[in-house]
Amino acid sequence: MEERIELIDEEKHEVQGLWSNVFKRLRKNKTSMFGLFIVLLLIFLAIFAPLISPHDPIAGQLSLRHDAPSAEYIFGTDSQGRDVFSRVLYGAKISIEIGIISVGIALILGITMGIFAGYYGGIIDIIVMRIVDIMLAFPTILLALAIVTILGPSLVNAMIAVGIVNVPKFARIVRSSVLSVKENEYVEAAISIGCTDFQIITRHILPNCLAPILVQATLTIGTAILEAAGLSFLGLGAQPPMAEWGSMLADSRGYMRQAPWSVMYPGFAIMITVLGFNLLGDGLRDALDPRLKE
Amino acid sequence: MGNAIVKRILLVIPVLIGVSILAFSILHFIPGDPARVILGERATAEAVFELQEKLGLNKPLYVQYLSFMRNLVKGDLGKSIITNESVTIELFTAFATTLELSFLSMIIAVVVGIGAGTLAAVKQYSIFDNVSMVGALAGVSVPIFWLGLLMIWLFSLKLGWLPASGRLSVSFDIPRITNLILIDTLIAGDFAAFKDALQHLIMPSIALATIPMAIIARMTRSSMLEVMRQDYIRTARAKGLSENVVIFKHAIKNAFLPIITVIGLQIGLLLGGAVLTETVFSLPGLGRKMYLSIMARDYPMVQGGILVIAFFFVFVNLIVDIAYMYIDPRIKVE
Repeated sequence: MEERIELIDEEKHEVQGLWSNVFKRLRKNKTSMFGLFIVLLLIFLAIFAPLISPHDPIAGQLSLRHDAPSAEYIFGTDSQGRDVFSRVLYGAKISIEIGIISVGIALILGITMGIFAGYYGGIIDIIVMRIVDIMLAFPTILLALAIVTILGPSLVNAMIAVGIVNVPKFARIVRSSVLSVKENEYVEAAISIGCTDFQIITRHILPNCLAPILVQATLTIGTAILEAAGLSFLGLGAQPPMAEWGSMLADSRGYMRQAPWSVMYPGFAIMITVLGFNLLGDGLRDALDPRLKE
Repeated sequence: MGNAIVKRILLVIPVLIGVSILAFSILHFIPGDPARVILGERATAEAVFELQEKLGLNKPLYVQYLSFMRNLVKGDLGKSIITNESVTIELFTAFATTLELSFLSMIIAVVVGIGAGTLAAVKQYSIFDNVSMVGALAGVSVPIFWLGLLMIWLFSLKLGWLPASGRLSVSFDIPRITNLILIDTLIAGDFAAFKDALQHLIMPSIALATIPMAIIARMTRSSMLEVMRQDYIRTARAKGLSENVVIFKHAIKNAFLPIITVIGLQIGLLLGGAVLTETVFSLPGLGRKMYLSIMARDYPMVQGGILVIAFFFVFVNLIVDIAYMYIDPRIKVE
């Protein structure tokens, strides 16, 4: 028994070594550090939006509508006389929530499907992978549109839809990682000492698939935010007067002549956010697998 | 190779059946009675019953699916609930616009993407390399509906150079033969109309091309860098060939395979992006049609649109895979 505990401790030690190496390599990469900076800034803004924002994001004064950027309203005001800067700040909070929740949904479903397909193989594998193929036969935003059609337009349903359309990515990655990890001797050893499937999957297989999942999750947060903003822009996600970037664009597009700033800043916020997650994801991939880097 | 191609084609069948089941069941996934949902709360019981009969909702599920499939094989996707026109005809009219838009976008994305990617690889670490790769990163992250709005603001509202929306100015009356307006205007011999139609497409196609362009540029660069390190490139240089011949005759050809895969993958992205682009520029394409039908709860149209888009997407992927096998015979179907 004592021996087994020691073994597990050693394994933990190995894992820590890997991650500190990864962080060392990540720190050397300037563009991915810039990505990390954007992501951290965004999280900071999301948490402290109520404290930082100078005005109410929802209540506006119609007498102030379409005011150009000034010292008081640094991003100007929109068609309802609301402060665009405060709305963009609150939008950060909503976007982070969208990214995390929808990727969380994709992760849970994708990892489960991938593990079942990869670990058990056979008929389960065939069925799961055919489902994945069918999902991949649709352009993502269209599949998301179809799901929102069934569920009805709302921010929560948009998150569910974006989560579901991103399931195939994770299912495929996890499946192929499981297939390669499964062949290792330590898995064979775990089977021979009588570990249950659940123990083998959670203690031996999943920790060793973590790197590719982490990279994909980071990159997918970016695309999820982009896709959800697209759905909200179409009126199928966040509903007015919520300060969500995509729906802010939809609100303001009719007033571009009078108040171009109310279109520029929300869109720019989406771009910077997605860029941050993309840079960080790219950097993580290079740091986790230095062989891929040129 | 013949075997491999047949195997690849057979793999399409289960996917198509799955897609048809999904499209069929959309109507049945809606919570509540679809006929009631379509007609609204205030509809009379007779009206609901009548629509149920019309849509065949009173029959057993498998009977409904079989008749759905029978009509599908005949190319009959039913009638729109809103306009009462044939779904097949309406979808194909809209599809023509999407096809023109996607085709033009793809040309822009491929030409600019491969050009910039090659130049960036050849002049690695130069200013051009850095600028174009930062641009490519921004390109993958940009919301295309926002980019579209910015272009409308600058080129239509501020400068007045290009039309902000629509497919053709109302002053032109062109007989619709193929529904591809660029081709119809040429058939009619009306060059003013052709120019007008092209002007309407410029901004939407650039907006739609952004993401594929950025992805193709990044892929081309890394693929070219990989190839430029190979021994045969060193040999080509050593035997005194000019740098242009080395790049265009030896390097690009071999760098092409991963680029083609990426281009194939972008076609789905274009079809999806078309929903947003067509909405921003009010283009009467398939994406906008789908969006409007979803909002209007025109379910036969939604079902038909899903089928048309998914079938087209599966077909394009099939072509890409087969093209791939011709280019690199080492590739086998898994």
